[in-house]
Amino acid sequence: MNTQELISMSRTVRHDILTMIHEAKSGHPGGSLSATELMTVLYFGDILKVDPENPDWEGRDRFILSKGHVAPVLYSVLARKGFFPVKELHTLRRLGSCLQGHPHKGHTPGLDCSSGSLGQGLSIANGLALAFKLQKKENRVYCLMGDGELQEGQIWEAAMTAAQHRLDNLCAIVDYNHVQLDGTTESIKDLGDLGRKWQEFGWNVIDLNGHDVEEVLSAYHRAAEYKGAPTVLIAHTIKGKGVSFMENNCDWHGNAPDKEQLAQALKEIGGGDDE
Amino acid sequence: MSDKIPMRDGYGKALLELCETDDRVMVLDADVAKSTRTVWIRDKYPEKFLDMGISEQDMVGTASGMALAGMIPFCSTYGVFLAGRAWDQIRTTVCYNHLNVKLAGAHAGISVGPDGATHQALEDVAIMRVLPGMTVIVPCDAEETRKATLAMAAKEGPCFVRFGREAVPCVTNESTPFEIGRANVMREGTDAVIFANGAMVYEALQAAKALETEGINLMVVNLHTVKPLDVAAVIDAAKKTGCAVTAEEHQMAGGMGSAVAECLAVNAPVPLEMVAVADSFGESGQPRELMDKYGLNAETIIEKVKKVLKRKIS
Repeated sequence: MNTQELISMSRTVRHDILTMIHEAKSGHPGGSLSATELMTVLYFGDILKVDPENPDWEGRDRFILSKGHVAPVLYSVLARKGFFPVKELHTLRRLGSCLQGHPHKGHTPGLDCSSGSLGQGLSIANGLALAFKLQKKENRVYCLMGDGELQEGQIWEAAMTAAQHRLDNLCAIVDYNHVQLDGTTESIKDLGDLGRKWQEFGWNVIDLNGHDVEEVLSAYHRAAEYKGAPTVLIAHTIKGKGVSFMENNCDWHGNAPDKEQLAQALKEIGGGDDE
Repeated sequence: MSDKIPMRDGYGKALLELCETDDRVMVLDADVAKSTRTVWIRDKYPEKFLDMGISEQDMVGTASGMALAGMIPFCSTYGVFLAGRAWDQIRTTVCYNHLNVKLAGAHAGISVGPDGATHQALEDVAIMRVLPGMTVIVPCDAEETRKATLAMAAKEGPCFVRFGREAVPCVTNESTPFEIGRANVMREGTDAVIFANGAMVYEALQAAKALETEGINLMVVNLHTVKPLDVAAVIDAAKKTGCAVTAEEHQMAGGMGSAVAECLAVNAPVPLEMVAVADSFGESGQPRELMDKYGLNAETIIEKVKKVLKRKIS
């Protein structure tokens, strides 16, 4: 996809996120909207090598969604990529749905690992990256984390592990939207100089605007080219991006829009592919 | 029966065999490789060994990623820190994904001795057996630990094995059968059955020998697999003898005794007595002193057998 197509797809994904959370009457719009371009470019910018016709293809790259609560953004890109019918998005969080409230491996085609308990994804991504190196395979591994999630100690254990083993086949992404469930990260447990923290932990750090598809695309390419250490993308984003009343508002971390709010939100986003 | 070998030697030996024969096996440790015997792997197969440092949660997560890539990782550290500290990682990442991750909890039980309560895993079986899809094994000696480790590698899905620190008497040998989920009748008897595992199997056999001189004929069942429980064997033994005693080096709540009680209460209610740690932490001391102080010995088993026989008759 070219830049215009990626921008358009991001709009469709936002449309999906809001609609599915509205229909499910619960879910996490804020962090899904902040990660939209990061996920859209990963799946549609020819970064993550996957095959919707063959979800278990051994040569595929792996994506671990460490912040499992933003499952809606993942479900949308998987559906739009063709792993399962887009109409399945309407079943989110319902009994018997292939789309659990938090990701569950085995339920959703194209989904590689269950997640939802924060702080665990980077270790899993490390294990995959280590295994691929041991097996002398070229597969790459991507892991999306929230910023609030970096308050979990295990993330920093994993950060040391990745640097220790020079996992340059791994690209971690921090969705740095500065808002967690209870308020801002600064007011709750300040992350400080995040870039410097990762650098001191031995990582190659790339700062970027996480809503600019060209910057996101270029960051993924630079990460893939970097050798000798793992790369982390510190993506500066806006929680609830695209919907004025959701932006930077922790009340929309895990709250579903009602009918009027949805209509307003979709109007602000524009475009969309209603199915 | 007289030889004494630490069970962890059986773990190390099995890992050496697995590294020799199975490309998929990886051995992870959290900075206690000398204790768990994974140092044997580090020395002989360094490419198959990964010291994760003092990061148990990260170790379990890393192992999960390796399992997702088709490997068979063994996570090794003290039972307290593995089952306890990494419980959420084991629950949500290993078990919810049903990953082929193998967990080995060393220094299980009060017989850890002088290190004291912080290092004596007495709750691990309870918090592991409650997890959906988890296999839980408590072998009784070094040889059975070796067999259990090999069997875990061959079985798809999450498995937990726990073993002690001390040298313990060998009660099985190379030809003793071992199958995950299959109880092992060590001694036939008709008056009462003792379900034991871990180091308590030897104590149960000692108790049975002592009671024989009083004309009491005890059946001893080695219930090495706590989950999946050999339900048929437990029911069969209870029906045959009419009363049961459980014996384990673990808290009374939630362990093998609880599993047996759950099974028998539903299927074949018979008088039941339990030998286990009664809702307390351990402490420092010599292993034998501690086993005696906390009632984890043949004497307590004998006492409980006599009590359960009285209940059976009345």
